[in-house]
Amino acid sequence: MPDRSPLWPLSLAAATTVTALGAGIAPLRRALHAREGGLRPSEFPGGPEDIWVGQVPGVEAVELPPGLARFACRNNRLAEMALASDGFAEAVAAAVARHGPERVAVVLGTSTAGIEETEQAYSRRDGAGALPASFDYAGSHDLQSLPAYVRARLGLRGPAFAVSTACTSGARSMLEAASLIASGLADAVVAGGVDSLCRLTLHGFASLELLSRGRPTRPCAADRDGISIGEAAGLVLLTRPEHAPPGAPLLLGAGASSDGHHMSSPHPEGLGAVSAMRAALDAAGLTPGEVDYVNLHGTGTRANDAMEDRAVHHMFGDDVPCSSTKGWTGHALGASGAVEAVIAMLCLEDGLVPGCLGVAERDPEFRSAIAIANQARPVRRIASNSFGFGGSNCCLLIGQAA
Amino acid sequence: MKCWIAGVAVLGAGLPGWTAGEAALAGTAPWCMGDVVPPPPALLPPTERRRTSPAVRLALAVAAEATAGIEDRAALETVFASSNGDGAVVGGILEALHDPAGIALSPTQFHNSVHNSAAGYWHIAVGSTAPSISLGGHDGSFATGLLAAVMAVATRGTSVLLCAYDLPLPVPLAAVRPTGPGFATALVLRPEPVAGAMARLSLRHVAEPAPAAPPSDALDALAEGNPAARALPLLRALAARRLARIGLPLTADTHLALELDPC
Repeated sequence: MPDRSPLWPLSLAAATTVTALGAGIAPLRRALHAREGGLRPSEFPGGPEDIWVGQVPGVEAVELPPGLARFACRNNRLAEMALASDGFAEAVAAAVARHGPERVAVVLGTSTAGIEETEQAYSRRDGAGALPASFDYAGSHDLQSLPAYVRARLGLRGPAFAVSTACTSGARSMLEAASLIASGLADAVVAGGVDSLCRLTLHGFASLELLSRGRPTRPCAADRDGISIGEAAGLVLLTRPEHAPPGAPLLLGAGASSDGHHMSSPHPEGLGAVSAMRAALDAAGLTPGEVDYVNLHGTGTRANDAMEDRAVHHMFGDDVPCSSTKGWTGHALGASGAVEAVIAMLCLEDGLVPGCLGVAERDPEFRSAIAIANQARPVRRIASNSFGFGGSNCCLLIGQAA
Repeated sequence: MKCWIAGVAVLGAGLPGWTAGEAALAGTAPWCMGDVVPPPPALLPPTERRRTSPAVRLALAVAAEATAGIEDRAALETVFASSNGDGAVVGGILEALHDPAGIALSPTQFHNSVHNSAAGYWHIAVGSTAPSISLGGHDGSFATGLLAAVMAVATRGTSVLLCAYDLPLPVPLAAVRPTGPGFATALVLRPEPVAGAMARLSLRHVAEPAPAAPPSDALDALAEGNPAARALPLLRALAARRLARIGLPLTADTHLALELDPC
């Protein structure tokens, strides 16, 4: 076949995340070990009552660099917090120095970009219904505002685009990143996702009666009653292994599929989830027995967790420990897959299986090895699942350097 | 990177389908402005069909035309590209969030607001479990979709349905994001020159602005106004069976250098 080169593995040459636990990997790592979640009763202005959310402290105070003020919105402030954490911007600068700015691409997932800015602008419509003159559509509301901001902030000149496949966006971006590198268009790609709290998603999930009420989300619990929405940024720098620092973890493979079943309900038997996991294993050349931990999509809804248990049990059987980490971060929608890729990296490093948070009793119907307490054990390879509205499925396989 | 174009569709002002619009695109018949009326998607069951918005209908119309008669339609990976997404649905939700009488969102509207709703409905319509991606890209959304589709063909050896669509936004968003008449196009891209392939398409990414190409006629003007319609130079060369080199802007400072070689 012409033009083809192997897609996998890639190296996760740098990574960072900003979650309800704070900016950077360190507070998230500390919280995972201490089993202290970041969800709090929602005080988000204009949001639904009686819910818990994973709000990032300090977002409002973030200022974008001079010259990039047109990109000011909650989502790009979150992106800026991530760029300034864990030496991420410096790692990208090193990739630029090595490969040139036109060889570093940006592929970022988001479901709502800067729509929170649009919501505020709607509140300030004039008597004729027009939006305020200060509202910058392309800099905030448009999906492209996120990759455009990150590209401008980092001084990149490679391809840059936004992936928006609902809650798989952050994970799905990494498949496109692999294509960019394999096709020779880029040597390094900033991938991942950023999604921020907004009234559209809070009230939207409330309208579907999918939000956990009065308490934080409890994925895989017998008494689970829904999602706690979070906001987050998860960024990774993907390169070929020979261009990464020694020992950098690997993105061993990724797989995607569609349900072709329903817009907002997963296929009950998890057929799409199974085919995404199988595609990821095939891409990585791995068997299910070589996976040490499955980080579930685990949103805490009745339907998702039941479907995912069936799919994961079908693939991995009785013994591979699996859990959802959304009890710590909330469900960060289009950023969740990227955040959980970063969580996978720290689980590899620390030998940690973080058991689902806040679960008194597992769903007795579940057959997978759902962990509800932390386990210290060697973890060499992790499967990380993401599923979304529209029947979108994606699975990433992340492992220690060979 | 290269691939072969094995299916094509268009739906836009004065272009009511590929067969009906081919002569106007090729320049052998006059082009006249007309209304864009996306039909209800016949491939969907009636309950789902009723829930589809104009943007979804626009996207599904070209996806169906480009894949009509293709036996492996459900096996095609899909790339959906749109700048504005489902503006009518998102605009409706923004209005509802500011309703002085209280917030009451429709659950169907909410799940239809995701950028991948057109893709979701397409995969339901044809019973496809193939991978799918939905992309933004502002004015470069067609170029973004084409890049992702050609990359998938070239790096994974897969066949891809690319669907690009954009409709004008509702007020008040229309004033801050003016968009010309609705436009959609779809291409079926293959890794090999299958029987019936129309042209070979080569693509390079160039980290420089696209060469200036001022509009020279009414169709060029149509292309300027709608991100999906920026496919028109490619569609016109394809309709005319003409060897063509096209500079397609991706971002303000980069472009895709396309070479179209008719079979």
